[in-house]
Amino acid sequence: MPIVYTKKTEMPCGDPAVRRTNWDEVALGYSEERAIAEARRCIQCQEPLCEQGCPVNIPIRDFIRRVAQSDFEGAARIIRSKNILPAICGRVCPVEDQCEELCVVLGKQEPVAIGRLERFVADWERRAGAHEAAKPPKRGAKKVAVIGSGPAGLTVASDLAQLGYSVTIFEALHAIGGVLRYGIPEFRLPKAIVDEDMERLKGRGVEFQANVVVGKTITIDQLMDEMGYEAVFVGTGAGSPKFMGVPGENHKGIYSANEFLTRVNLMRANAFPDYDTPVRRPKRAVIIGAGDTAMDAVRTAIRLGADEAHIVYRRSEQQMTARAEDYSRAKEEGAIFDWLTLPTRFTGDDQGWVTTMECLRMELGEPDDSGRRRPVPISGSEFTMDIDLAVIALGTNPNPLIPQTTRGLEINDHGCVVADSETGRTSREGVFAGGDIVTGAATVILAMGAGRVAATAIHEYLERKAADRKRTPSGDKRRRHRKTAG
Amino acid sequence: MARIIEKRHLTPVTKLFVVEAPLVARNAAPGQFVIVRVSESGERVPISITDFSRQAGTITIVVQVVGKTSGMICAMEEGDEILDFAGPLGRPAPLPEKGHVVLVGGGFGAGAIYPLARELQQRGVRVSAIVGARNKELLILRELLESASDDYHICTDDGSIGHKGFVTERLQDLLSANAGFTHCFAIGPMPMMRALAEATKPSGLTTFVSLDPIMVDGTGMCGSCRVTVDGELKFACVDGPFFDAHKVNFDEAVVRSKMYVDEERLASELATAAR
Ligand SMILES: Cc1cc2nc3c(=O)[nH]c(=O)nc-3n(C[C@H](O)[C@H](O)[C@H](O)COP(=O)(O)OP(=O)(O)OC[C@H]3O[C@@H](n4cnc5c(N)ncnc54)[C@H](O)[C@@H]3O)c2cc1C
Ligand SMILES: Cc1cc2nc3c(=O)[nH]c(=O)nc-3n(C[C@H](O)[C@H](O)[C@H](O)COP(=O)(O)OP(=O)(O)OC[C@H]3O[C@@H](n4cnc5c(N)ncnc54)[C@H](O)[C@@H]3O)c2cc1C
Ligand code: SF4
Ligand code: SF4
Ligand code: FES
Repeated sequence: MPIVYTKKTEMPCGDPAVRRTNWDEVALGYSEERAIAEARRCIQCQEPLCEQGCPVNIPIRDFIRRVAQSDFEGAARIIRSKNILPAICGRVCPVEDQCEELCVVLGKQEPVAIGRLERFVADWERRAGAHEAAKPPKRGAKKVAVIGSGPAGLTVASDLAQLGYSVTIFEALHAIGGVLRYGIPEFRLPKAIVDEDMERLKGRGVEFQANVVVGKTITIDQLMDEMGYEAVFVGTGAGSPKFMGVPGENHKGIYSANEFLTRVNLMRANAFPDYDTPVRRPKRAVIIGAGDTAMDAVRTAIRLGADEAHIVYRRSEQQMTARAEDYSRAKEEGAIFDWLTLPTRFTGDDQGWVTTMECLRMELGEPDDSGRRRPVPISGSEFTMDIDLAVIALGTNPNPLIPQTTRGLEINDHGCVVADSETGRTSREGVFAGGDIVTGAATVILAMGAGRVAATAIHEYLERKAADRKRTPSGDKRRRHRKTAG
Repeated sequence: MARIIEKRHLTPVTKLFVVEAPLVARNAAPGQFVIVRVSESGERVPISITDFSRQAGTITIVVQVVGKTSGMICAMEEGDEILDFAGPLGRPAPLPEKGHVVLVGGGFGAGAIYPLARELQQRGVRVSAIVGARNKELLILRELLESASDDYHICTDDGSIGHKGFVTERLQDLLSANAGFTHCFAIGPMPMMRALAEATKPSGLTTFVSLDPIMVDGTGMCGSCRVTVDGELKFACVDGPFFDAHKVNFDEAVVRSKMYVDEERLASELATAAR
C-alpha cells in the first residue's frame, strides 16, 4: 500500500535573504528519496485523469510508477517519448491549471507533484548523462520551414525531423528558445538547461538559422515559391509589448517587461560591464501588473539591487493571474504588493529620469467581461510614489510582422493568426500556425501541444500532396493558391 | 555569421565594410538597417545599410566610432566574420515617384543617404544632396554620392571644403532661392535632424528623418526604440526608422537617447584601458 501523505513532498529552496542577492536557481529540486516518497503518493489510477490535463499527453501514471520503483531511466524514457523539453516544463508548467488540477487525490489532499517529479527525472537524466545518443535521422528531400524558435516551433521541428523531413527553424534573434531564452529569468529556468535542450535538438537533425527575421529578411511567399519549402509553420509568439498610454510613460527608467527581461536574460545586462548591454540598477522600482511576467520582473529588480520593489496592480490580490508559487517566492524575497492601485502619470527630473508615479486608489465594483469585479477609482484618493524604475508588465500583443507581410493569411481582431485548433491549419494552403501567435499569451506547454498537433497535420498534408501529385502530375501548380477550408 | 570582404578607411574614425550577407541583400531596400553583434558578450547595435547588391549578395555599412561597440566593429578586418548580422530591418524610406528630393546627410548619414539617391535617380526623380562634416578630412563617400545626385553640396564647420556652416544653413539658402524641392529626407545625428525639421517647417516642405533611438532586438519586441510621432507611440525599428520630421517629439527622443551615457562612458574607458 502506498503511504498516504496529505501534502506534496516539499521541494527545498534557496534562503530568501541569500537568493535575492544572486541569480542562482531558487527551487532546488527533489533528491532521489524525496522523489520516491512523492511518487508513492500517486495511487496509480486505472484511468489517470491527470494525463488529460497535459497538452502533450505524457503517460504520467506510468512514469511516476517507474520513479516509485527507482527506475529513473525508465521514467525518463517514458517522458521523452512525449515531451522534448521535460527539464523546462517540469520547472515552468502552471501545473495547478493543467495536469495537477485533474489529479484524483486533489480534494482529499494536495495533488501529486507531477511537475516536480518530471523535473526530477529530467535532471536525473542530465546528471547521469543517460540520454540516448542522438542519432540524427536522415534529412529527407522535403523541406519544412519553422518560423520562431519558441516552444511551439521547437516541438514542430523536432517531430518533423524525426519523421525524416528537412526542417529549418528561422529565428529573428541571435539565440534560440523564444521566451524561454529572453523572458523567463535564470533564477527560475537556468539558461544552461535551455542550452542543453537546444543542443539535443540539433542532434535530432533540426537546423537552426538565427538572425533571420521572416517578413523582412525573407517572406513566407519567398520561402514557399522560391526556396522550395513545401510547408511553413508560424510560431512567432505574442511578443509585442503593451504600454499604458498614460502621460510621462516615455521617461528614462521606464521599461516594458519584455525590454527589462530581455536586457537581463538574453543580453546579460546584470553582468555589465563584462557584458556590454546596460540596464538601470534601481533603488525604488515599481512593476505594473500582476501576472507571471510581473513576478519575474519584480524578482529581477530585487536582484539588480532595488532597496524596494513594488508590484502595483489595479485589481485585488484574489484577481491577480500569477501562479501562487511565484507570488509567494516574490513575497519571500521582499516584494511589496500594492493592490487596487492605478498609475495615472509619471513625472521626471530635468534629465528626463522618472522620479514619481502618480496613482489612484481603486475599489471593486460590478463584474466586467472577464467575470472579475471591475476596479473603479475612489475619488480624491490621489497619491504619489517616489520611484527610479518602472516596468510595464501588462501583457503583450501578437507580433505583427508576419501578418503584415504574408498574403492571404487570416488574422482576427486581436491580431492573432487564425488557425484550426485540431490541425494548426491557417487560411493559406501549406501554412500552419500555433502557440502564442494563435492564442495570445498562454503557456509553454500549450505552445508545445499546438506544435505537436501541427506536426501531425503537416505530415498528413505533405503525404496527401505527394499522393495527389502522383495522380495528377500538374495538380500541384493549379492548387497552389487555393485556400484550404478550415 | 557574415564575412567582411572589404574594409575601407574613410576617416580616422569612420570605416566602410562590404559584408557578405546574401539573405540580407536579397530583400534590402533604401532606408533600412541591420542589427549587428560582434562578440558573445556584445551589444546589438543598429547600423544603416549604405549600399547593397543583390547580385553580389553584399551589404555595405559605414560605422563611425562613438563608443565601445562601434569601436569594436571598426577594429575588424577583411576576412573577419561578424557574429550576428540581421536584417534588413525597418521600413524602406517612403520615397516619391516624382518631384525633386533634397537628401541631407551628416556624419555616417552622408553615406547612408546613398541608396536613397540611387533609387530616386532610377525612378527619374531629381536629387539634390547636402552633406555635412566637421572638416575636409571627415567628409566621406563624396564620389559615390556625387555620382548619384544632380546637385551635390558640401558643408563643413570650418569651411575647409564646400560651404562653411551647417547643412541646415545651406538648405535654408536653397529654399530661399526657390530650389523647387518637393521632399526632404535626412539621416544623421539627432541635433541635425531636429534643426532640419525646424528649417523646413515654415515652408511646409515634406520632410522625413531617420530616427536613431536606442534599440535592442530591432523586431518590435521590446519597445526600447519607442518614439512619439504626432502624439502616437511608435516603435522606430518596425514603424520607422523614417518619420515625418514635423510630427516627431524631438525633446523626448533626445532625452531617451541619453539613457545610458554613464554606462557608455564606463564601457569606453574599460575598453580603452584594455587596449
Ligand atoms: C516573462 C514571462 C514569463 C513566463 N512564464 C511562464 C511560465 O512560468 N510558465 C509557462 O508555461 N509560460 C510562461 N510564459 C508564457 C510562455 O513563455 C509562452 O506562452 C510561450 O513561450 C509561447 O511559445 P511560442 O512558441 O508560441 O512563442 P515564443 O516563446 O514567444 O517564441 C517566439 C519566437 O519567435 C521569434 N520570432 C518572432 N517573430 C519572428 C519573425 N518574424 N521571424 C523569425 N522569428 C520570429 C521570436 O524572436 C521568438 O524567439 C511566460 C512568458 C513571459 C513573457
Ligand atoms: C536606425 C539606426 C541606424 C543607425 N545607423 C548607423 C550607421 O550607419 N553608422 C553608425 O556608425 N551608426 C549608426 N547608428 C548609431 C549606432 O547604432 C550607435 O552609434 C551605436 O549603437 C553606438 O554603440 P557604441 O557601443 O559604440 O556606443 P555607446 O557608447 O554605447 O553609445 C553612444 C551613443 O550611441 C547611441 N546608442 C548606444 N547604444 C545603442 C543601441 N543599442 N541602439 C542605438 N543607439 C545606441 C546612444 O545614443 C549613445 O549615447 C544607427 C542607429 C540607428 C537607430
Ligand atoms: S508537461 Fe506540464 S502539463 Fe504535462 S505533465 Fe509535465 S508538468 Fe504536467
Ligand atoms: S491522477 Fe493523480 S493519482 Fe491518479 S495517476 Fe494521475 S497523478 Fe497518480
Ligand atoms: S528595438 Fe525593440 S522594439 Fe524596437
